[in-house]
Amino acid sequence: MTSPKVISRKTSSKDLDQDYRWGFVTDIESETAPKGLSEDVVRFISQKKEEPEWLLEWRLKAYRHFLTIQDKEPDWAMIKYPKIDLQDMHYYSAPKKQGDGPKSMDEVDPELIAAFDKLGIPIQEQKKLAGVVEEEGEPGEEDGVRPPGAPSQVAVDAVFDSVSVATTYQKMLEEHGVVFCSVSEAVKRVPEIVKKYLGSVVPYTDNYYAALNSAVFSDGSFVYIPKGVRCPIELMTYFRINTLDSGQFERTLIIAEDSSYVSYLEGCTAPMRKSHQLHAAVVELVALDNAEIKYSTLQNWYPGDKEGKGGVYNFVTKRGKCQGVNSKISWTQVETGSAITWKYPSVILQGDNSIGEFYSVALVNNHQQADTGTKMIHIGKNTKSTIVAKGISAGKGQSTYRGLVQILPTAENATNFTQCDSLLVGDKCGAHTVPYIEVRNPTARMEHEASTSKVSDDQLFYCQQRGLDQEEAHYVIINGFCRGIFKELPFEFAMEASQLLKVSLEGTVG
Amino acid sequence: MASNNGAKQPLLEVRDLHVVVAGTNTEILKGVDLTVNLGEVHAIMGPNGSGKSTLVNVIAGRPDYEVTSGEVLLHGQDVLAMLPEVRAREGMFLAFQYPLELPGVRPWQFLKAAVDAVRKHRGETEVSAREFDQMYKAAAIEMGLKPELAKRAMNEGFSGGEKKRNEMVQLALLNPKLALLDETDSGLDIDALKTVAEAVNNRRGPERSILLVTHYQRLLNYIKPDFVHVLVSGRIAVSGGPELAHELESKGYDWVKETAAAG
Amino acid sequence: MTQQVEKREKYDQYLADFETFKKSANGHTWLNEIRTTGLSTFNATGFPTATRGNEEWRFTNVGPIARKAFTYPFKVSADSVTKEQLKAIAPWDDKWTTLVFVDGRFDENLSSPAIQKNGVTVSNLDAALDSEKGLIEQHLGRYVESDKNGFTAVNTAFLRDGALVKIADNTEDTPPVHLLFVSSERSEPFVAYPRSLVVVGKNSKATLMESYISLTENGYFTDGVAEIVLQDGAQVDHFRLMREAAQAYHITTTQVHQSKDSTFNSTSFARGSSIARNQIHVALDGPGAACTLKGLYLTDGSEHIDNNINIDHLKPHTNSDLFFKGILAGKSKAVFSGRVIVHKDAQKVLANQSDKNLILSENARINTKPMLLIYADDVKCAHGATAGAVSDDVIFYMLSRGLDMETATRYLIQGFAHEVIDGIPLDGFRDYMDTYFVESLPAYTFQMKRPGRN
Repeated sequence: MTSPKVISRKTSSKDLDQDYRWGFVTDIESETAPKGLSEDVVRFISQKKEEPEWLLEWRLKAYRHFLTIQDKEPDWAMIKYPKIDLQDMHYYSAPKKQGDGPKSMDEVDPELIAAFDKLGIPIQEQKKLAGVVEEEGEPGEEDGVRPPGAPSQVAVDAVFDSVSVATTYQKMLEEHGVVFCSVSEAVKRVPEIVKKYLGSVVPYTDNYYAALNSAVFSDGSFVYIPKGVRCPIELMTYFRINTLDSGQFERTLIIAEDSSYVSYLEGCTAPMRKSHQLHAAVVELVALDNAEIKYSTLQNWYPGDKEGKGGVYNFVTKRGKCQGVNSKISWTQVETGSAITWKYPSVILQGDNSIGEFYSVALVNNHQQADTGTKMIHIGKNTKSTIVAKGISAGKGQSTYRGLVQILPTAENATNFTQCDSLLVGDKCGAHTVPYIEVRNPTARMEHEASTSKVSDDQLFYCQQRGLDQEEAHYVIINGFCRGIFKELPFEFAMEASQLLKVSLEGTVG
Repeated sequence: MASNNGAKQPLLEVRDLHVVVAGTNTEILKGVDLTVNLGEVHAIMGPNGSGKSTLVNVIAGRPDYEVTSGEVLLHGQDVLAMLPEVRAREGMFLAFQYPLELPGVRPWQFLKAAVDAVRKHRGETEVSAREFDQMYKAAAIEMGLKPELAKRAMNEGFSGGEKKRNEMVQLALLNPKLALLDETDSGLDIDALKTVAEAVNNRRGPERSILLVTHYQRLLNYIKPDFVHVLVSGRIAVSGGPELAHELESKGYDWVKETAAAG
Repeated sequence: MTQQVEKREKYDQYLADFETFKKSANGHTWLNEIRTTGLSTFNATGFPTATRGNEEWRFTNVGPIARKAFTYPFKVSADSVTKEQLKAIAPWDDKWTTLVFVDGRFDENLSSPAIQKNGVTVSNLDAALDSEKGLIEQHLGRYVESDKNGFTAVNTAFLRDGALVKIADNTEDTPPVHLLFVSSERSEPFVAYPRSLVVVGKNSKATLMESYISLTENGYFTDGVAEIVLQDGAQVDHFRLMREAAQAYHITTTQVHQSKDSTFNSTSFARGSSIARNQIHVALDGPGAACTLKGLYLTDGSEHIDNNINIDHLKPHTNSDLFFKGILAGKSKAVFSGRVIVHKDAQKVLANQSDKNLILSENARINTKPMLLIYADDVKCAHGATAGAVSDDVIFYMLSRGLDMETATRYLIQGFAHEVIDGIPLDGFRDYMDTYFVESLPAYTFQMKRPGRN
């Protein structure tokens, strides 16, 4: 088991943005590729990860494709940022394998523990994730001094910078035939499956960032649920960017075989940096006949400070394919972090009777920008999609819902229902809705509704009359506005989401 | 058999009717038997979810339901084999609990087309525009429907009460043999309720039967039924005369449920 | 600008015609300057044919227009079109003041006498260049964005015929004005450049109709621009009809500028043609300004219609309401792109937008994009779009009244159209639409799951 060494907070306190609770730097001795992007770097990554030839070839193809489009960075989203210098960042940064990690939890950064607590990770599992060196032993329930509302059990894969550091509850998962590990490990354990599905939903030709990711991805989570298995516990990946000037390019692949079910969660945080960090992940989901994948995200990358300095550029391609009949893929996301969010978790509804869902809360404050939404591509008969997107803009934030609903001629009796609502807090922010709808079948039904407004004075007055101050009243109303989405999250995550919302809104009114 | 010496002639016969929600196994009607003779007024009562609305909708041919077994006859003819429009032309009229809005569809044209379709089916000639105009006006006045509503689209922007009155206008125009009234009293104020009841009473006669579905006994103060049936969990639990409605009013539906369970 | 510049050769015809045009057209220096600027803009931008990064024209490929050579109709033969022909195919009422343009050129004989009294002017633009020089200079080309779009630029280059409508302040009793643009049978493909300027004074009221109709089956190109200016408290009721030939190309821009407390009500009807784009751009530039835009479009065969609607809420207390409906049959394609922008500090804004579509064929296609871009906070904005089949409940309701499926379908489709048509307050125009649109609705029969036993 790899064990990163967690020492302590490195950032000096004057760098700290006190409002961002996850802004600690984990000082891990790491092995880092030199700055810059080149074929050599691609080969270096592949070699470091001891990858088979086919994977290197695939990376190189992606890289060569990227070279042909490297001047065509997507510019259609409603986001503004200075050009990113791809030569001025590290593409690989891995913690050195070391045996001498912290001896006990006392030596672990309390912020990290707090973060894990918030995520509801039991102590024993936290030790693993924090790299505490201990006698090996399976975690037991008795270790579970859990914070209130924490999940009974959740298997966690932690990805620091580019590399998966530990995955918990392996034994229990193995008993059910569930493979939950890092992609690098999966390449070794189940190469055929990885080879079959990697790039099958998001090919490297898909877009600029997908091409870049395919060339230099370093790690990410892999999930395989065998036929007929209902994954007994929630699976979770905790992502964290650490190294200065490093890009994070993780790749997640989830395969749900016939009649299987999995609920997968991801949480993301990053330290505070004055400069921007690039995060360009790719997530691919495949649901076969009667399978269901539920994918939940709490994205709380560092959003930058009040002046808009620093923060993560979160340019992510997430897509699921309902390949089998009666399959279902459900995306739920709560996006409160990142300086810029550019992501459109999508579903290709290929199997007849398949179902795609997208539930989203996106909050922007200060100088944050979010251009997010989904794509629902209806191919199969009787396919059904539901989109519920809630945007909250505060401060000088700009939030855009961008979505595509496409109903192809083959999608008889397909139905889509879309609802996007935006809430404005303050007069310096913006909220935008850019839906693309294409219908090519007369039996299909598509319905799109959207609204934008501010928190109503009547509602505020009602709350205030009941004794809440302005800020509390706003929080109560905005939380209510998002409730429909939060209830799609696993319970513990919903609590956390609500909490994140509160923190993100602090100081926006009054 | 001829209907001599007051022998009763069945108009609607429902036999051991089993119904599920289309495409599911959720059974709503679990063997309903009911005979409505010509000239009779029957009331179907029952608690929420008992299947009473489903019964009249299935009889009229609503596609949301599937008949899994049993039969429905109108004048001895197999109703279930007929398209909904054929059922209408054969003299069946359903007053909807929630009448649909037809955006942009002009009531005058729509209703004339309906009247003509029914007449044509009976081998009669189409009604002239003038004649229809008079029929329509008379019906609207009788039902207390404001004349300006006729200029709007069918049911669009109508209040709940106006929609119900508009259903009664159609009852008057289409002159059915069997009127199925699905909770026509719900959402009506007392004046509207009286108008509707009077319209129904005016149409009672030896050549017409009425099957009305209601949750409350209130409507039955104005339309006195010949028979009352109480539907519980998809079956007729108890049948009786108009006094049954009063008994229900004082004792509540639980009483029927208990009686049904005991009996 | 992201659009790429096309090879020049395909625009040779435009450039050559312009040289001839300059000599024949009315030679005011100030106007020639406007024309020359238009041409050089067109020369720089060409038509927006780029396939990449061309969001504005993403769903409408104007390549076929750019590739074809259309000539300017220098020769106008008198009596090629008769008033009887027009009355048979266009909305017509002798009480209206009708200006007729054949192939983009004003036809005095077919038109009502020009009006020029009591501060009201209704005449051909060319004829008013001297008398209304000040007004034209003040407003012409001031509102439309010609640098973005080669179509407007080339229209500006060939600016000559078109309508000038000026209504003085506090005038309410002007008769409805009908601008009738007719395309006639000509031996070669031609391009018409109708250009209209409408200025409605303070607290005045005007009714304006624009009709684009065709007497030919041949291909031609209508490249039109209308600028409509509403001064404080003005009200304009605007009706627009597009009934071009199935082979025709039609790209027009209606640019509306509204001052304080003005009201613009517009209803546009469009039948498909080979490529049609109806751009209506409204700037709400004064508190209390409000616009209501309704539209009904019908496409069949291999027709293509693109409704491109932009609303700019520039000032607080402005309202907009968009209500469009489409019926699509055959292998046709329709595009609805609505962009409502609430600019910074434009508080207390109400904006609604809706696009509903009925698709009557497996080969038809709708792309709808109702956008809201909001930079102020005290707003109430909503948009909606629907496409697809009528609900089974609605069909069942109609069948339960004895109608067969075919009749029920016909009534529902007609009803769908009537929702827009019935709102027209102008009898002559409404009656025409009632007959004309209802006549041309495609035949179709909906499907509904049939009841029965299993």
